[in-house]
Amino acid sequence: MAAAAMLAGSLAACGGVGANKGPAEGSSGSGAASLTTMGFGLPDEIATVRVDAFKKAYPKVNVTINQGQFNEQAFLSAVASGNPPDVVYLGRDRIGGYAARGAIQPLDSCVSGQSIATGDFYPAAQKQVRFADKWYAMPEFYNSIVLLVNNKAARDAGVDPASIDTSDWDGLAQLAKKMTRIKDGKIERFGFYPKLPEFLPLWAKANGADLLSEDGRTVNLDDPKVGEALEYATGLLESQGGWKKLKAFTDTFDYFGEGNPFAKDQIGAMLTEQFVISAMAGVTPDADITVVPFKDRQGKPVNMVGGNAWVIPKGARNPDAACSWIKTMTAADTWVAAARARADKRAKEGKVNIGTYTGNAKADEVIFSEVVKPSGKKAYDDAVKTIRAVQEAGFVVPQSAAAAEFNTAWQDAGTNVLQGRQKAAQALAEADAKAQKAIDEAQP
Amino acid sequence: MKAALSRPETRWAYVFVLPWVVGLLLFQLGPMIASLVLSFTDYDLISPPRFTGLDNYATMAQDPKVIRAIGNTLFYTVLHVPLSIGLALGLALILNRITGRAAGVFRTIFYLPSMTPHVAVGVLFLFLLNGQVGMVNQFLALFGVQGPQWTSDPDWMLAGIVLMSLWNLGSTTIILFAALRNVPRELSEAAMIDGASTWQRFRSITLPMIGGALFFVVIVNTIASLQMFDQVYTMYFGNTQAQNSSGDAALFYVIYLFQQAFQYLHMGYASALAWVLFLVIAIITVIQVKVGNRLVYYEAEERSR
Repeated sequence: MAAAAMLAGSLAACGGVGANKGPAEGSSGSGAASLTTMGFGLPDEIATVRVDAFKKAYPKVNVTINQGQFNEQAFLSAVASGNPPDVVYLGRDRIGGYAARGAIQPLDSCVSGQSIATGDFYPAAQKQVRFADKWYAMPEFYNSIVLLVNNKAARDAGVDPASIDTSDWDGLAQLAKKMTRIKDGKIERFGFYPKLPEFLPLWAKANGADLLSEDGRTVNLDDPKVGEALEYATGLLESQGGWKKLKAFTDTFDYFGEGNPFAKDQIGAMLTEQFVISAMAGVTPDADITVVPFKDRQGKPVNMVGGNAWVIPKGARNPDAACSWIKTMTAADTWVAAARARADKRAKEGKVNIGTYTGNAKADEVIFSEVVKPSGKKAYDDAVKTIRAVQEAGFVVPQSAAAAEFNTAWQDAGTNVLQGRQKAAQALAEADAKAQKAIDEAQP
Repeated sequence: MKAALSRPETRWAYVFVLPWVVGLLLFQLGPMIASLVLSFTDYDLISPPRFTGLDNYATMAQDPKVIRAIGNTLFYTVLHVPLSIGLALGLALILNRITGRAAGVFRTIFYLPSMTPHVAVGVLFLFLLNGQVGMVNQFLALFGVQGPQWTSDPDWMLAGIVLMSLWNLGSTTIILFAALRNVPRELSEAAMIDGASTWQRFRSITLPMIGGALFFVVIVNTIASLQMFDQVYTMYFGNTQAQNSSGDAALFYVIYLFQQAFQYLHMGYASALAWVLFLVIAIITVIQVKVGNRLVYYEAEERSR
């Protein structure tokens, strides 16, 4: 009954959200409502605990979870046919394009109507779910990028792993070469994996450049500093055996299993999101690794953050229940409960837990002071400190009206340069023109 | 005409083809006309289409990715069609020589690879072709050949895809095998008595007798090659990371069409791409039919030359 009252109340407040056609079950007072999700699965306790929390708070909402990863074709077909799910889980980097075309609804009235504590989210996560001065999504995880070092490789190169400093590009290049092992034309160890083209925005930022202006309207790919960063990273790969071989080598990695590239001594150091470390903690608790911040050329930590988010598509039948869902899934209490379940489960299994890194800073405060306890494995306990420390240095590439085309443009440019088909300056200039055109045309 | 319709078997024939006709009208012709109309619009699936005339077609002509995708697709087709048909014919000839109880077993085995889902084949070949640890290069190494980076070198990725495509020869083999079974033995025997060599018999009797089937598989394989999508999509475009790091070396025409439609929401542009592909396939098929008519001998026709 309380749930029905809450839903009814929220409807009154969110009157403006979306075209509420069809039998808006959630608001009719009968109390029975249905909610369909897309793009979300129930692979672990982090998911199930939060879903249970929602079901407990809203017992009369009949939740249907269509498990499986977000699929843009399925999503768009559903929206175009006027029969979309109520709430969708997808990568934050694509929100701008969908928002500009009206495929997803602004959530401002949802936020105010159900008093979602958006201030609890990390500033960078907040920024990533806003477009044209409106909320379009609420953030889930908060993935940070750090440098993961294989201690053995570092020691082989005569370097203390904790002292590796990515602000010294010349030093890093030499270290990369020293940590690389090639035998009979085959790569045995990839010295330093810069994760390009994927992390180009991070490399550009480290060199003092942004790929896109704050307002998401002016493309900045032709900034010489972006070109310099791409040239440098390409040179790194050349000196380690060349992109073509390295790519084939990394394609064989299983980052999340017991045979991960660190356990197998296949990588010297790599830039990675913290979830790789979290998975390693579960399967290889004694891994000989060190986690250090990625620093820009001035020596300050720099961290490109990302993660998934919840959105409500245009034409959702039950936007109010969807709003309640989003609120529950991203709320501090729910996150803490989920993180606690994760900690208990790993403790029961005798596994190391490095914590749950949520988009909710308030939740993280509790998780990392009360839930996550030192495991006694120094490598992972130190990793937690490093990851927590770089969270505030998080930045995001601003949303744009043509987010998908923009991403493809710089990634293609990066790949073309890595494959040796184009010079950085030329590739980036072409990508700049293309992305700018796409963004101009897509402005709502 | 009326008389023909009144015959019961003719009416039954129409009843039997009716489901297909309904399917064609509803699920093929309808969407085709819709896509033709959409190809003259700017349409993002969400807001109503806006008429833009021939803009989409003009954009295509200047889109470097379209040109790249056409080049890749043609390169693949030109390699895949002759290679696959040549190999399938070889397999069919072998099958045709196997008699007795073993015949059924071998026919099944030869067809088995075609039972593998395309997505699984794509994933499988990503492993087999991997330049660092793949079995293809391990095999080449036995002969002292250092294999290329099939999956990451843009100059070799298409070649790798052609190799993969030779996995699915089952249907072509079965069609050619069936045709071979229909070649009258008397012709071969008569030629043998006259002293014709194996090659001569193959060249002058077998090939002309299976001409119709050969012609059919050439057309069908060409169309399928031009529409290549699922295996390549699995290998190089299946997830964001793969897509980000493969560039356009494996960009096939239909994959680009799909990206435009569902990644960039340019449904109008994608419709235009689809229609150009349709026309290209139609033209190529017409040419093949014209050439085929001169080369192919159909048993049923009367030769008036």
